[in-house]
This record gives sequence, C-alpha cells and structure tokens, in this order.
Amino acid sequence: MSRKVLACIDASPYAQAVCDYAVWAAKKLNVAMSVIHVLDNSHKTVHTDFSGSIGLGSQEALLAQLAELDAQHAKLALQRGRIMLDAAKAGAEAAGVSSVDERLRHGELVETLAELADEARLLVLGKRGFSSADAHGHIGLHVERVIRTLHKPILLTQQSYTEPKSIMLAYDGSATALKGLEMLAASPLAKGLPVHLVMAGATTDATEAQMASAAAILRNAGFTTTVAIVGGEPEAVLHQYQQQQHIDLLVMGAYGHSRIRQFIVGSTTTAMISQAKCSLLILR
Amino acid sequence: MLLTYLKRQWLSNLRGDILSAIVVALALIPEAIAFSIIAGVDPKVGLYASFAICVIIAFAGARPGMISAATGAMALLMITLVKQHGLEYLLAATLLTGVIQIIFGLSKLGDLMRFVSRSVVTGFVNALAILIFMAQLPELSGTYGTATVYGMTALGLAIIYLFPYVTKKIPSPLVCIVVLTAIAVYFGLDIRTVADMGELPDSLPVFLWPDVPLNFETLQIIFPYALALAVVGILESLMTATIVDDFTDTSSDKNRECVGQGIANIGSGLIGGMAGCAMIGQSVINVKSGGRTRLSALLAGSLLLLMVVFLDEWVGMIPMAALVAVMIMVSIGTFSWSSVKDLGKNPKSSSVVMIATVIVVVFSHNLAYGVLVGVLLSALFFANKVGRILYIGSSLSKDGHERTYNVVGQVFFSSSEQFVSAFNFKEAVEKVTIDLSKAHFWDITAISSLDKVVLKFRREGTDVQLLGLNDASATLVDKFAVHNRPEAIEKLMGH
Repeated sequence: MSRKVLACIDASPYAQAVCDYAVWAAKKLNVAMSVIHVLDNSHKTVHTDFSGSIGLGSQEALLAQLAELDAQHAKLALQRGRIMLDAAKAGAEAAGVSSVDERLRHGELVETLAELADEARLLVLGKRGFSSADAHGHIGLHVERVIRTLHKPILLTQQSYTEPKSIMLAYDGSATALKGLEMLAASPLAKGLPVHLVMAGATTDATEAQMASAAAILRNAGFTTTVAIVGGEPEAVLHQYQQQQHIDLLVMGAYGHSRIRQFIVGSTTTAMISQAKCSLLILR
Repeated sequence: MLLTYLKRQWLSNLRGDILSAIVVALALIPEAIAFSIIAGVDPKVGLYASFAICVIIAFAGARPGMISAATGAMALLMITLVKQHGLEYLLAATLLTGVIQIIFGLSKLGDLMRFVSRSVVTGFVNALAILIFMAQLPELSGTYGTATVYGMTALGLAIIYLFPYVTKKIPSPLVCIVVLTAIAVYFGLDIRTVADMGELPDSLPVFLWPDVPLNFETLQIIFPYALALAVVGILESLMTATIVDDFTDTSSDKNRECVGQGIANIGSGLIGGMAGCAMIGQSVINVKSGGRTRLSALLAGSLLLLMVVFLDEWVGMIPMAALVAVMIMVSIGTFSWSSVKDLGKNPKSSSVVMIATVIVVVFSHNLAYGVLVGVLLSALFFANKVGRILYIGSSLSKDGHERTYNVVGQVFFSSSEQFVSAFNFKEAVEKVTIDLSKAHFWDITAISSLDKVVLKFRREGTDVQLLGLNDASATLVDKFAVHNRPEAIEKLMGH
C-alpha cells in the first residue's frame, strides 16, 4: 500500500488552504490523498438544574436526557463533517488528484491522527484550527501535540494557498536538521524548486564548512541552492530572510530538545511556527 | 502535556463545575452528618472524612465528575467496631482500608469487576437505598417519633420535591434545611438537633495518628473490618464510576480508581475522618448540576469544610427531621426504579440474582456478602444456561452394525451428566463413532465423562472411534484423559 497525503480539515478558514496544499503535495509526490475530519466528542452540556434533589428514576432520566442532547449535537456535527469532506473531495478530484478518499472519525484529534499515522506520507494541517482561528500570533490548540506525537512530515498551512515557487531550509547543523535536509533532497516534493539554505548565527569557519557540505548534498540531488548565513536571533532573522526573498515554504526540523529545556528556555520550533508568515514543512 | 491535562481534566468546564460544587457541598453536609450518626461517631468525623476524601480523590481518582465522601455503605460496616473498641480503632481501620485498597488497585483487582453482573450491581444499589432508609427509622420511632418530628419530616420532603417546580436555581435540600431550622428555632420546638448528636468541627482538621497500640492484637481487631470496608468501598466506587462513565460517555481506569480511593481513605484516617467511598446519589447530583471535571470535587470538598467550620453554631441548630428528609431523598434517588419496572421483563434468573443480593444485604447489613451471593448465583445460572447448549444426535449405519453420535455444544461440569446419558449402551453394535468436531470440552469433569463413555462402550465389546476433537479439547484430553492408557479401566471404574 502506498502511503498517502492526509489533509486534516475542520470548519475553520484554513480548510480550503489545507486542501489546496494537500492537492499540490499529492500531485508532486504522485500518491493518493485522504481528507480527514475528526469529530471531537467532548460533549459540551448546558445545565441549569441546581435543584440538587433526586427522586425515583432520576438516574435513568438524567442518562436519557444527556444522551438525547449529545445525540442532537453529534448528528449535526456528523452532517456538517460529511458535507465538508464531500466538498473537499470533489475539489481535490477536480484538481486532478488520482485517488481521494474521505475519513470521518470520532475521537480526540491527536489520538485519531496517531492511529492513522501509519498510512501517512505527509500530513497537512492548518496552523490554527476552528477553536483558535482568530488568535493571531499563536499556534493552534493541537498543533504542537500533533507535531510531537506524529513522527511524520507535517505541512502547516496559512489561511490562503500560494503555490510554492521557492523553498527555504532553516539549517543549524544539528543531527535533526541534517536528517531533514537529506529527506528533502531525496523527496520528489520539492524537485525543481530553488532552495535557500539559511542558517541563523555568526559566520565562522565552522559554520561555513557545515553550510558548504549541506549545500553539496542539495546540489548533488539537483537543486538550485542559495546559501546564506544571517546573524541574529533565529526566529527574527529567518522570518526576515523569508520575507525579503519572497519564499513560499519554510522547511525545518522540530522539537529537537527535551521538554525540560523547552520549559526553561522556550521552544524555537513553537516560536518559529507562531511567527511564520508562510507555510511550513516540518520534518521529524 | 501537563497543560492539556490541566485544561481537560480541571478547567474545561469552569462555570458548570463551580456551580455544581456549591450544590454538592450543600448536599454533602447533611449526608456526612447523618452517616456519622449511623456509624456512631461525632458528626465531625464524617465531615472531616467527606472533606478529605472529596479533595484527595479530585487529584488521586480516575473518574472526573465523580463525588466521593463518607458514605452510608461504609458507615454501616463500622457500627460494631465503634461500639466495641471506639473511635481510635475506627481511624486505624480506615488507614488499613486505604492500604488494602491500594494493594487491590496495584494488583489490578479492579478487573474482577467484570464478574459482577448488571443484576448484582442493581441489587447492590437497591440494597444500599433500603439500608440508608432503614437507618433513618430510629429517628422516627420510639421516644423521638413525635407528631412534631413526623410533621417536620413530611414538610421537609414536600419542600425537597416541590420546590424545584418553583425554581431550579437553588438546591431544594438546602431550602428544606433552612426552612425547617428556622421553624424549629422560631417556635422553640423540642426536637432533636444535630448538636445533640455529638461534636461538630470548630477548627480546620489537624494531622493525627490514631492512638492505638501498634501490635498484632490491634491488627486482629481491625483487619476484618478494614477488609470489608475496602471491598465495599471499591465495589460502590467502581459501580459509581461506571454510572458516571455512562453519563459522560467517557471511560475511566478502574484500577487507578482503586488506588485513588485507598489514598483518599488514608488521608481521611490521618485527619480523624472515617472511611468513605464514591457516592452514587451525590455523583448523580453533581452531573445533573453540570459538574464534569475534577474541579467540582475539589471545590465541593473545600467548600464543605469552610461552611461547616465557620457556620458550626448554625449547623448545630439543624433539626434531625431535616436531615432525615434529606436522607430519605438520597435513598429514594439511589434506588434503581427501572429495576422494579423491568422485573417482569427481565429473565427470571437475573431477577432472582438481584432480589437475592438485596435480601442478603438487608439481613446481614453487609453489602460485601450480598455481592458475593449475587456473583455466585449469577455464575451458577450462567453455567446452567450454557450447559443446556448441548445436543447429541445419532444415526445407525445401514447394516445396523455401526452407530455414529454427533456431539454439538458445550461439555463441562454442568452438562457432563447429560452428555453421558445421551449414549445408548444397551444397543449392541460393533463400532461406535463419536463425532466431537462441534463440541467443546471445558474441564476435567467433561474429560472424565468422555472417558467413562469410551470405557463403557469398550466393556460392551464395542470399538470406539473419536472424531474431530478440536484443538482446545485435544489439549485437555492429552493432559487429563486416561482412556488411551491400559491401566485406565481399573482407575476410572474403581475396580
């Protein structure tokens, strides 16, 4: 079974962009695409009965009442999910993806995605979801957990789709970054696109040597490669570079450090994601 | 991860949890007092216990939305211990109960709950309701049972059940208590109040090691009580957890709940509280009032203590009649009404199990015995039912020299006799084929019956061929059977 591009959509404004990016990726990789919508059944109940009295049969009555409420919510969510998936599938097929299927699942988002991870080649996800669509400068509720849990390449999209014309690879010389670089070099996803290999930090002999060997890998794989070392705080200078060069897709490794370190110094990955002005491809 | 945990299990339902915590705390006070009185200790013992258990279980428990505190089921088991040995031994027993429950949880005994059938659970719940109701009767009989007390109790019940028609914004048991207390104080009624029942808490609880000699004799005294308390506590907690699971359409780890209950009981024992467990009635009230996460239990416990400590003089004035009314409500609410409605619909065997559980509990005042009887009865009924799934047919060959028996179904202790009697040993044939490909041999009783059949046929001079012993049965035959060994005849037939 060849693995697929999984597009995770919800009712947020990101859904369309997610589908478009997934179509782009599926065509580039020449694989099937799967549109996923997860119905998170954490039931929200509204109750105004504080009478605190229980009589004969109140346990049965309460269960029936709660089940009835949930049933109504769930039916609606189910219908809405089906409509969204149908639309996404029709769109993807019209755009020329050979095989598209839809998945409507109940459960917690991250757990459900983890179950489906085996069939995934690439996961496409909005940077923010329905629950935090308007919280600019933040990353979605589930995004960090998805990235940490799933050891799969993840494409985080902005709200609107721009076909990637050039790629920027954030490189820090670490093992994680080198692995990401090799994955990118081997993948058909970025074939034919110019790559900017960028490092944040001081220009020294050591960093220059690292960059040269990294660039060699890319050039051997047939990429037009531009190398740059820019001084300053990684998040700031990398985003600055991206905007100056009008780069459409930023590729980076993720969460290379332990949670404890992250707790103390903060995570570069989270900061990068929240400040990014373009879509991100995260390699783990 | 920590943040998601906090969000989901504590803060996902702030408004609902805060409001329900207030309702639950108010409902817990009369119950805690009433259960202390059942156990024969000062109200403060039950109140401290309810505080400790409710708060600790919010952190240690596995079932968000479930309320645990001092309970009637547990109080009923302590009566004799308190009477004969006093409070200190109860506190020691409470600590031991916690330790036993933690051991139960760690050794995954919570999984054994699958042997407790629906009928036993219903029987347990109904018996509990009846016991809580019966525990109120002393307040309504003898010298206390005056017309005033009856009138006050009836008024209390009327308020509890009718006030919700006026508004559902205020807990009606609270209205009942306030109104009845006001009436009693205003008219200066000569009826028993909570203050007459013993000491109320006037301070926050302090750490306290039970004042008992640490020796084998103490252990001998408290162990039987602690064991019964641990078992009943876990049974009621796991049953309640299942009920809350159903309400919220989520699942919970039953073994972790056992450990949590154990930790809560140890905590309770260390601040001078009695043992407790999850409460069906309060958990229903909590969910009904909108409580869903651990926060509601934490707040309910804390509020309970604050209210009692700062309002102790007022709490002392509450007439017992008001408490009796609240407890009657709890017992009615705990009773599973559908189990009575469905008595005719359900299979007779499950009704028998349910009623037997209730009867044993009501007479022994020990819920553990009731559950034991219920589980045994369900197992017997089940064995009987499955034993009937056995069919043995046969056909004679054309020349009349051979007969083939077809065995279909389950052969084990309950059906082995039926199995043996299905073969015709009087018929003189040269060869018998027994086709077992659709049969299951479950235990050594089944195997020895097969041996018996084979040997009997052999002794009549008939050749026996066994066909298609399926794999499961084959392993059993290899292990236990004797018919393919020469010395077998003597051994099995006793010659």
